[in-house]
Amino acid sequence: MIKAVLVINDKGKPRLSKFYEFQPPEKQQELIRSVYGVLCSRPENVSNFVQSNQLFGLDSRLVYKTFATLYFVFIFDSSENELAMLDLMQVFVETLDKCFSNVCELDIVFNFSKVHTILDEIILGGQVLETSSTEIMKAVDEISRLEKASNAMTLVPKSIATWQSR
Amino acid sequence: MNPFSSGTRLRDMIRAVRACKTAAEERAVIRKECAAIRAAVSENDQDYRHRNLAKLMFIHMLGYPTHFGQMECLKLIAAAGFPEKRIGYLGLMLLLDERQEVLMLVTNSLKQDLNHSNQYIVGLALCALGNICSAEMARDLAPEVERLLQFRDPNIRKKAALCSIRIIKKVPDLAENFINAAASLLKEKHHGALITGVQLCTDLCRVSEEALEYFRKKCTESMVKLLKEVVNSPYMPEYDIAGIADPFLHIRLLRFLRVLGQGDADASDLMNDILAQVATKSESNKNAGNAILYECVETIMSIEDNSGLRVLAINILGRFLSNRDNNIRYVALNMLMKAITVEGQAVQRHRATILECVKDNDASIRKRALELVYLLVNETNVMPLVKELIEFLEVSDQDFKGDLTAKICSIVEKFSPEKIWYIDQMLKVLSEAGNFVKDEVWHALIVVISNASDLHGYTVRSLYRVFQTSSEQESLVRVAVWCIGEYGEMLVNNVGMLDIEDPITVTGSDAVDIIEIAIKRHSSDLTTRAMCLIALLKLSGRFPSCSQRIREIIVQNKGSFLLELQQRSIEFSSIIEQHQNIRSTLVERMPVLDEATYSGKRAGSLSATGPTSNAASLNLPNGVAKPSAAPLVDLLDLSSDDVPAPSSSGGDFLQDLLGVDLSPAASLSGTGQAPKSGTDVLLDLLSIGSPPAQSSTSTADILSPSQDNTSVSSFQRISSPPSLSAQGSSPAQAAPMMDLLDGFSSSSPVAAEDNGLTYPSIVAFESSSLRINFDFSKAPGNPQTTLIQAKFSNLSPNVYTDFLFQAAVPKFLQLHLDPASGNTLPASVNGSIMQSLRVTNNQHGKKPLVMRIRIAYKVNGKDTLEEGQINNFPPDL
Repeated sequence: MIKAVLVINDKGKPRLSKFYEFQPPEKQQELIRSVYGVLCSRPENVSNFVQSNQLFGLDSRLVYKTFATLYFVFIFDSSENELAMLDLMQVFVETLDKCFSNVCELDIVFNFSKVHTILDEIILGGQVLETSSTEIMKAVDEISRLEKASNAMTLVPKSIATWQSR
Repeated sequence: MNPFSSGTRLRDMIRAVRACKTAAEERAVIRKECAAIRAAVSENDQDYRHRNLAKLMFIHMLGYPTHFGQMECLKLIAAAGFPEKRIGYLGLMLLLDERQEVLMLVTNSLKQDLNHSNQYIVGLALCALGNICSAEMARDLAPEVERLLQFRDPNIRKKAALCSIRIIKKVPDLAENFINAAASLLKEKHHGALITGVQLCTDLCRVSEEALEYFRKKCTESMVKLLKEVVNSPYMPEYDIAGIADPFLHIRLLRFLRVLGQGDADASDLMNDILAQVATKSESNKNAGNAILYECVETIMSIEDNSGLRVLAINILGRFLSNRDNNIRYVALNMLMKAITVEGQAVQRHRATILECVKDNDASIRKRALELVYLLVNETNVMPLVKELIEFLEVSDQDFKGDLTAKICSIVEKFSPEKIWYIDQMLKVLSEAGNFVKDEVWHALIVVISNASDLHGYTVRSLYRVFQTSSEQESLVRVAVWCIGEYGEMLVNNVGMLDIEDPITVTGSDAVDIIEIAIKRHSSDLTTRAMCLIALLKLSGRFPSCSQRIREIIVQNKGSFLLELQQRSIEFSSIIEQHQNIRSTLVERMPVLDEATYSGKRAGSLSATGPTSNAASLNLPNGVAKPSAAPLVDLLDLSSDDVPAPSSSGGDFLQDLLGVDLSPAASLSGTGQAPKSGTDVLLDLLSIGSPPAQSSTSTADILSPSQDNTSVSSFQRISSPPSLSAQGSSPAQAAPMMDLLDGFSSSSPVAAEDNGLTYPSIVAFESSSLRINFDFSKAPGNPQTTLIQAKFSNLSPNVYTDFLFQAAVPKFLQLHLDPASGNTLPASVNGSIMQSLRVTNNQHGKKPLVMRIRIAYKVNGKDTLEEGQINNFPPDL
C-alpha cells in the first residue's frame, strides 16, 4: 500500500501532499520537513531509495525522483514493488506533462486541485488504480468537461437567484 | 453579500502567498484569508463556498490549521452541482480524517452519490470512500460498493474494487461478501479493472483464510494461464512502459501467485514453469523489465521449495548487482539479505560481487552491502573477507569508516580461527581506524593479548612498529601503551620471537620514548594519559636505567588540573624516588585477565575465548568486575589480587602482606579509585625510609602466621582480624602498619622483644591551671616509634575554650599530632581532652625523647598561653 505521495520543491515548500494513512496535520508538516531534509542532503548519482523507517514507521520505503525544481516522493510498504513505484511515478509525471503540456512547478502550484484529480485517477486509497496515462487523461478530461459545462449552466441560475433575492 | 469574501480569487491568493518574502509575511496573508473565510462560513455564504474551500486546501497544504472548514466540505458534497461536489470530496479527503465525528454526517451523502445517475459523481464518491472510509461507513456502504463491482463502466468497477480493499481492511468480516464479485473481476478484459481485481483478490486472501482457500482452488490455474498470456503476447500497447508490455499487471499477477503459492506445494508446483519462463524471458535492460524480474524473484523465494528455481532467482539478483543502475543494485542487496536465510549457499557464490558493492559510490548501497557481507561471513571465508574489508578500510570515506570498523571488529571477534590472526587483524584495524573503534573492542583485545602468553613478545613488537606509523589513532595508542607497560622488556630482549617476525633492535629508552610521545600528544585524553603514567611506572621497574628519565616525565604531570593525573604523578614519582627496592615487585605484570568472565560481561561472545588461562582460579575483583578499569589498574589493585607467586622475595612480602592484611578492609581496593584514607595508608606504608636488603627466608618466616614461632607472635597479633578491622580509617590507626614495616626494614632482631613491654605513664606538665598526662605505647614491630596518648585536664574553675596544644621536637625526632578530641576543656577536672601523638626516634636507643610544648586557650574570652619542656620521658623510648 502506498502511504503518501509528496511533491516538494527544492526550497522545501510542499507543492502537493496526499497521505493515504491517517496523520494529524502537524505530523504531516513534520514529515514533509524531514523528508525534505533527507532528500536535499543526498548527493547526486545515488539510488532513488531511502530508508524511511524512522519517519514512517517500520516496513516503509521511500522512493523519490527529481524533476526540474521538484522532488516527487512516494512512500509505501513492502506490499509494493520498489522498481514498479519508480515506473508509477513516471506515469504520474508523464500524465502531468500531457495535461499541462510541459509541466512546471507553477502549473502544479496554481492548479493543485487538478493535480489532485489526476492523482486520484492513479492512486485510490493507497492502491494503484490505473497505470496507463492515456486512460488517466481520458478520465481527467471528462471531469474537466463536466466541470465547465455545469459552471456554464450554474452561472445563470446563480445570478437569477441573487437577483430574485433582492 | 459578505464584504470580506468578495475579495481575492484563489489564483490571487496563491500569488500573494508566493510573493511573500518572509514567513511572517506569509502568515499575515494567510491570517487575513482565514479571517475572510471564517466570516464567510459564519455568514453561511454559498456563492463562494466552493472557492473558499479550494483556498483552504491550499492553506492546509502549507501547514496552517483549517478545521473550521470541515463543515463546508459536507455542505458542498450535499450540493447538487458537479464542481461543488468535486471540491467538496477533495476537501473531505484532505481536511478530514476517519477519526472525526463529522465524518458520520457524510455517510448519507455518500450513499446517495454512490447511487447517482452520473457515473462521474459515483466515481468521486468511490474515490472519497476509498480514501477515508471508517469501519462504520464500511458496514453501512459495503452493499453499494459490492453492487458497483458489477457496474457497466470498467472505470467504476476498478474504483469499486479498490474501495472494497479499504472496506475489507477496515472490517475483515465483510470479506466473504466480496469473494464472488472479486473472482469475476479476474475474468476482466479491461486492463485497469483487471489490475485492481487481482489486487482485491490478493488482499482478500490476506484478510480471510476462506478467501485464500477459495482462490487457491479455483484460480491458481487460471492465473498461471493469464500470466502466460500476458508474458507471451503484447497485451495492450497502451500499457507499454519503455517497451515492456504492462509491467504492472505482471507484478500484480506475480504477487497474487506468491500469496497463493506460499505454504501450498501443489499451487507452487503449478506455477513453477511460468515463473521460470518469466525469469528467463524478461528483459533486464530496462527498469520495468527489472521490476518484473525482481517481483518474480521474490515470488520464487516465497513459494514452496524448488531449489532449481531458487538458484536461478539468486543468479538474477547476482546479475542485478553488476547493473549500472543504483536502484537495481539496491533492491538486489535487499532481496539477497532476505534470501540468505533460505538459500545461503547460492548467495555465497556471489560473494565477490557483493564485496564490490561495499566499495560502491552510493552510501546506502555500501551500507547494505556491508550488512550483507556481515551475514555472509562464516569460519571458512572469514580470512579472505576480512582481508578485503581491511584493505577497503584504508581507502573508504570517513563517514563510512565507523560502520565498517564496527563490522570488521565484530566479524574478527566472532570468527577468528586463531589468536595470532585475531591480534594481527585488530592491529590493522586499530592502525587504520583506531579512532572509530569502540572501547569494548580494544578492551577485549587487551584481554585476549593478556591471555596469549606465547604472543606477548610478538604483540608488543608489532604494536611498537605500528605505533611509529599510526600514532594518531587513539585506541591504538592505548593498546600500545598498555602492552609496552606490561611487556616492555620483551621489546628489548626479543623474547618469544616468532619465525614470521623481522628482528628489531629497541632499547629501553626507545620504549620510554613511545610512552612519552603518547602522553604528550595533544589529542590524548585523560584515559590515555593515565594509562601512560601506569606504563611509565611499570617501565621504571623493567628498565631501572631509565628510571630517572621516567620520573622526570611523570613529574611533569604533577601540576595537572586533572586530579587523577596529578595524584598518579605524585604517587608514582615518590615510588620511583624512594622505593627502588620494592618498585620492581610493585609493578609486576598484570595477572591474566579471565576471558570467559570478560566475554560473559559483554553481550557478544568471542569465539576465540575459552578459559585458556593457565592460572586456573583467578579471581580479579577489579579487573573483571569493571573491564574498563582493568587496563588502568593501579597500584592498589595489586594488593587484592592473589597473584601467582612472583619471583622476588620482597614482592612476596609486600603482596602477601597487603593481600592478607588489607583484604578485610575491602573498601581499600574495591574500585580503581581507592578512598583517600586508604591511599594514605598505603603511602604511609610506603614512606618508611630505606630498608636494607632482606633475606627471603626471614621474611617468609615472619610472614607465615601458621608457623609456631614465638619471635613472630606480635606479627600474628597484627594480622589477626581484630586489629585489622581498625585499619584504614584514620592515619593514626594506620600507624601500627607503618611500624610493622619499619620493623622489617630495620630488620632488627630486638624489634619483637621490644613489643609487649609497657611504659609507665607520666605527668608531662603541671601548672596551677593545667595538667597534662602522657600514656605510652609502642607500635608493634617498630621500636623507633612511640604512640603517646595525651590527656589534658583543667585545674581551674573556668572553662577553657579554643584549646590548642602544640609541640616541637629536636631534629632526630619526628612528631605527628592527630587532631584533639575537642577544643573546649570543662572546669575543675570535670572532663578532659585527649590527643594522640606519634614520635619516631631516629636515634632510638641512643638518645631519649624530649619535647617542648605550648598550650594556648581562652579563659572568659581572654587569651592565655602556657609553655614548658618535657624531659621526664621514660628511657628507651
